Amino acid sequence: MSMKGGQVAMRITRLGRRSCDLVESLGRAGVFLAQSAVGIPSAEGFRLWVRQLHFVGVLSLAIVLVSGLFIGMVLALQGYTILVDFGAEDALGQMVALSLLRELAPVVAALLFAGRAGSALTAEIGLMKATEQLTSMEMIGVDPLRRVVAPRFWAGVVALPILTVGFSVVGIWGGYLVGVEWLGVFEGSYWSNMQASVAFINDIGNGMVKSIVFAVVVTWIAVFQGYDLLPTSEGISRATTRTVVYSSLAVLGLDFVLTAVMFGGL
Amino acid sequence: MKRSRSMEFGVGLFILVGILGLVFLGLRVSGLTFSGASNTYQLEANFSNIGGLKPRARVSMAGVTVGRVESIELDTEWYDARVTLSLTNELEGQISRDATAAILTSGLLGEQYVGLSMGGDPETLEEGDTIRDTQSALVLEELIQQFISNMATN
Repeated sequence: MSMKGGQVAMRITRLGRRSCDLVESLGRAGVFLAQSAVGIPSAEGFRLWVRQLHFVGVLSLAIVLVSGLFIGMVLALQGYTILVDFGAEDALGQMVALSLLRELAPVVAALLFAGRAGSALTAEIGLMKATEQLTSMEMIGVDPLRRVVAPRFWAGVVALPILTVGFSVVGIWGGYLVGVEWLGVFEGSYWSNMQASVAFINDIGNGMVKSIVFAVVVTWIAVFQGYDLLPTSEGISRATTRTVVYSSLAVLGLDFVLTAVMFGGL
Repeated sequence: MKRSRSMEFGVGLFILVGILGLVFLGLRVSGLTFSGASNTYQLEANFSNIGGLKPRARVSMAGVTVGRVESIELDTEWYDARVTLSLTNELEGQISRDATAAILTSGLLGEQYVGLSMGGDPETLEEGDTIRDTQSALVLEELIQQFISNMATN
């Protein structure tokens, strides 16, 4: 009996410790973000930022644009088969543009970004930590947060919104290829219906706000997981996985909240 | 050094592509124009029922789009809907005082828009004037109710 009571007490203790750990790591992540993101920009920092922007932005362009093209094409194809039943295939442009701008471009670009760039950031920073490069930086008086983390964080925050814009543009073009060139929707109604229904602030602006939020969250998770991991090969692999899982969940969850606030009429 | 140069060029190009993409979305997809507010003028019209009319809906004359619905609000004096229309400048001083504004539906399931038709009065409406002669949206339920009450009285 007393044995059992002891076990229960131990479980409760463990649960409490886990919760404390969770809160603690959240706090650590917040302090980490504040320490690395805030700072006076310097010429050296700018050069590092450009290098990272090249890696997370320019090199992610290909996968994001190709995905955008296919998603736009599939949207047009699916939308057409449904809309044509109602004789409303003229609204195809509106459907493709609104679903891309409001929803698909920010979310899918963020998911691709988490997989393509976020995981790489985690692995890179993690390996730096495991090989004690970060500690040696500290020893020669260079702040690793400013030198390593800040350029990567800001590069991610700038890159993802640009990638999202590219995704939307290519997706709308893909919808045009399938809808107008292939399925024979009238070109004028494709564009004019789109222009009549898409509002710059409400649709494009809100989509951009979404993608900026996603950019901050995904990059934050990626650099923090890299900085905070156990410096072993297993720790690096776990942290890389966690980056992709956490960022995907965060993006999808936040997307619902943001959509409810922006378009739910709350 | 050369590698760093080409990398910087790539990054610059990347940012430029982003800006151009945003401009494309603004101009081509959302139909934003730089001409802005200076090229429009506003008229008001009161409708007893606007049905499903929404801000930004089309205002057309003879099927040609001449403006947009700017805002819709409840007129607390008459308890009807006051719709503000913004029309292109070309029509300023052209629309006669007895012009008609009607809320119409494009197609069977389409969106609702405001149709203007000219009257014969030589006097014209200026900025901020109100169109007197309006025709409300057709509300299906009211039509059915009328039909049923007609049937009952017959």
